[in-house]
Amino acid sequence: MTAIALTLRRYSAGATPGQIGLALAIALFLAVFLVVPVATVIYVAFTEKGTGAFTLVNFQDFFATDLFVRSFWNSIYVSLMSVAWASAIALPLAYLTSRFEFRGSAIIQTLGFLPLIMPPFVGAVAMTLLFGRNGTLNLLLDDWLGFKIPFMEGLNGVIFVEALHYFPFILINLSAALANIDRAMEEAAQNLGCSGMRLFRRIVFPLAMPGYVAGASLVFVKVFDDLATPLLLNAKDLLAPQAYLRVTSIGIADPMGYVISVVLIAGSIAAVWLSNLALRGKDYATVQRGGGGLSRRTLKPWESAAAYAVITLILLLVLAPHLGLLILSLATVWSFSPLPDAYTLAHYARVFGDSSLYIKNTLIYAALAGTIDVIVGTAIAYLVLRTKLIGRQWLDWTAMAALAIPGVVLGIGYLRTFYGVSLPDGTPLATLWIMIVIALAIRRLPYALRACHAALQQISVSVEEAAENLGATKARTVRRVVVPLMTGGILAGFVTSFSTAAVELSATLMLVQSNSDAPLAYGLYVFMQSAAGRGPGAALGVIAVLFVALCAYASHRLVERSEKKQGAVR
Amino acid sequence: MLRLWAATAAAIALTFIAGDAGAQAPSGKVTIVTSFAKDVTDPFKKAFEAAHPGATLEVQNRNTNAAVKFIEETRANNQVDLMWASAPDAFEVLKGKKLLQAYKPKATGIPEKVGSYPINDRDGMYFGFAASGYGIMWNERYARANKLPDPKEWQDLAAPAFHDHVSIAAPSRSGTTHLTIETILQGEGWDKGWRTIKEMAGNFRNVTERSFGVPEAVNSGQVGVGIVIDFFAFAAQAANFPVKFAYPSVTTVVPANIGIIANAPNRAGAEAFVEFILSPKGQEVLLEPGIRRLPVNTATYAKAPAGYPNPFKDPQFQKMMLFDVDKSETRTAVVDTLFDQLISFQLDGLKAATKAVHDAEAALAKKDNAQARALVKEARDLIAAMPLAEAQAAQARAAFTGAKEKGARQAELEQQWAAFGKERYAQAKGKAEQAARLAR
Repeated sequence: MTAIALTLRRYSAGATPGQIGLALAIALFLAVFLVVPVATVIYVAFTEKGTGAFTLVNFQDFFATDLFVRSFWNSIYVSLMSVAWASAIALPLAYLTSRFEFRGSAIIQTLGFLPLIMPPFVGAVAMTLLFGRNGTLNLLLDDWLGFKIPFMEGLNGVIFVEALHYFPFILINLSAALANIDRAMEEAAQNLGCSGMRLFRRIVFPLAMPGYVAGASLVFVKVFDDLATPLLLNAKDLLAPQAYLRVTSIGIADPMGYVISVVLIAGSIAAVWLSNLALRGKDYATVQRGGGGLSRRTLKPWESAAAYAVITLILLLVLAPHLGLLILSLATVWSFSPLPDAYTLAHYARVFGDSSLYIKNTLIYAALAGTIDVIVGTAIAYLVLRTKLIGRQWLDWTAMAALAIPGVVLGIGYLRTFYGVSLPDGTPLATLWIMIVIALAIRRLPYALRACHAALQQISVSVEEAAENLGATKARTVRRVVVPLMTGGILAGFVTSFSTAAVELSATLMLVQSNSDAPLAYGLYVFMQSAAGRGPGAALGVIAVLFVALCAYASHRLVERSEKKQGAVR
Repeated sequence: MLRLWAATAAAIALTFIAGDAGAQAPSGKVTIVTSFAKDVTDPFKKAFEAAHPGATLEVQNRNTNAAVKFIEETRANNQVDLMWASAPDAFEVLKGKKLLQAYKPKATGIPEKVGSYPINDRDGMYFGFAASGYGIMWNERYARANKLPDPKEWQDLAAPAFHDHVSIAAPSRSGTTHLTIETILQGEGWDKGWRTIKEMAGNFRNVTERSFGVPEAVNSGQVGVGIVIDFFAFAAQAANFPVKFAYPSVTTVVPANIGIIANAPNRAGAEAFVEFILSPKGQEVLLEPGIRRLPVNTATYAKAPAGYPNPFKDPQFQKMMLFDVDKSETRTAVVDTLFDQLISFQLDGLKAATKAVHDAEAALAKKDNAQARALVKEARDLIAAMPLAEAQAAQARAAFTGAKEKGARQAELEQQWAAFGKERYAQAKGKAEQAARLAR
């Protein structure tokens, strides 16, 4: 008994029972809903053909196959280039909107985040109609100038689309981090004679690093593991599509699909580990709070015109797919022409009846999943950054591994693990809609986790120590001090998890059991399988985008108001 | 263990209940898993529910592969009554795993065969409800802009004019494309068939992973020509897209099917739906513009609009060859993997070699040269070469059974085949370029 207590104490290294309990609860959650279901599927990667004995020969095959090795390097190249281009789009937007007095900052922030909500299939169709080989842009170029630009061809096409699609990860996290910087730092630098770009480069940007790195690592991992975009562009020489194609076409018994999944998981964990390494040894926390972030400068008229021009240009580019989607939803026939032949509202009438059910389901699922994500995300971030529990990093890494697991693998894992478990009335556990929520929460947990992690990194421990010195318990400190100070980051996490969960398809497709439980993305899929369904599908896509954007905007406003209220009290 | 007993007991109980319920009128929820789009399922749902008040049709949309996997994974506690999809081979897989329930439809007016293909499974496990043929679909606006001739036969797509203009779905991803490839292989023989396929493939714009990706790209004008199943083209025409369709002479009409799942929770409802879909009323639903499939009840064609293809009457269908399902089944994985390794994942190399051959032939047409002709022929043979003969294809199968049998690993074989293709394509390109230089 004493021995156990002793070992416990040694492993807990000064943590409170509450913290240990929390860590165990999260570990259990991750084990039941992530590790076990996935393990039931991917253990095949380590078994020998015929005997089922443990072996590593499949990994040897992986590195002996040209196609896989080529895919591996292509994936790394595409991910790095996407991070570079996503940064090039996100940095000016984040900088301009958080450094200067700007009309409509909130709207720009919301619009800048829209690309993340690209509904499956329809978004892709809209992109090809605009930027494809015979898309609007290329048909016009060919007519006027006699040449075409291969926006959507090969690896460069993948980079182009991925950067447009995922730059909001950087924008959201960087904006949250910029808003968290103590104004005193900036003022101190100005007092010492620093200003302009130098102030940004040497003081502001380094202080916002945790946010940038959180966003960039998400972009890297997401692109590394993304299969929808490469498949749409027919770029198959990448790891994630290879894994998906093998799992879904060759079958569950083939080991190579899971070998690739294991490589993907390892790659994602390595990326997160490297990004933590990049931030190690530096302290990003600032003590003072409630100053409302950086001071905002008013722009001179010509500066303001230039800034608006830059922002308009970027927004036009990144919102082009949504514009295309809108046109598609109003089009009769759009085929090999810059614009549709004619316009109609019939597609909206067609989806009107179904869409309210889909929207209700989506709202419930995505909101629940987002809530689970920020709660678990905050808890993991707190355990990792504020306690010395042995193995706390593993919680972080396990949760991040979810990003690398193909949705279909998770879906099959859920069916295997939970279909055998019957409820008292005989229906299998896996058929309940709550399983869709949990699958979505697990798939989107990494987004919320990175945002919460970055937010906590920017809070100085001394704030908490002060609270504890004044007699607050650890739990009370977390509730009254830490979480309120993290609000911006938590919200960023909620919004990303919520809105990406709202358009998730691959795991959902495996788990949806009846139309009455179906979310929007499933409705879209069902429409997009036929020629006549293209318009209604696009209409449903527009509804999805509008609806998610409205929710995101509302939560922005909500937080802004509560922050103002807090500021007033202080 | 306890769970197993409970499941067995439940299964036995269910069999009794279901046996009893067979005689009664269908009611309650009938659950159907299907790969068909909403445009297809909605009209059927409406018509079925109108014909059987009290019954509701619950539609679960999954692609064919996912549907098969879903039924397999959930067999211990099955909640699905019916499977409804195009590809007969998906039903063969389900039948092989004993996941289907035998039934004898009472509907009349349905002949034994369509073309030369039996409509119903000979063991009564699944039933054809509509016929489909495979062919070539193209976008008229695209064809006009790129001056493409109208294609009629598979071989036409191998012409230089079509270079980079043709799209296909990967046979490993799309049951219908697999049948197209198998049809060509059976119609022209293994070696000649692969030669035709690879000559076409040298002109591919891309190989998509969804069957619907092909008609989608042709409809929107991103690709000029697609190799598709007929109803994709008919439905697109019905939605006013500027597309055309042709059946080549080496093709076959095969039935799209429906089958009852073993241990169906609502067996009476499942049987009622099968009867409905085979009844004159159900067959007429197939003529709706959004669906446009070929009914199996010959009488239904009387109500069809003018110009509607009739596989029971039109002479072109009578010539269509017999498709050997057993032969296809024994080598499905081998054919699909050969296609993937030699075409899908080597498309750049194959296209470069094909382009070089086309260029050399164009140069030869202007100025003939016997030595160059021989080189071009060598290049063409290199492109057409296959790593294994027909007899070996059935044997290679053991590598594709996953973890069950010992033997060569699939990944090993794939690497060999891919290396074979890569090397031949590079050599072919070299020879063709040499020929072009000689002809200059």
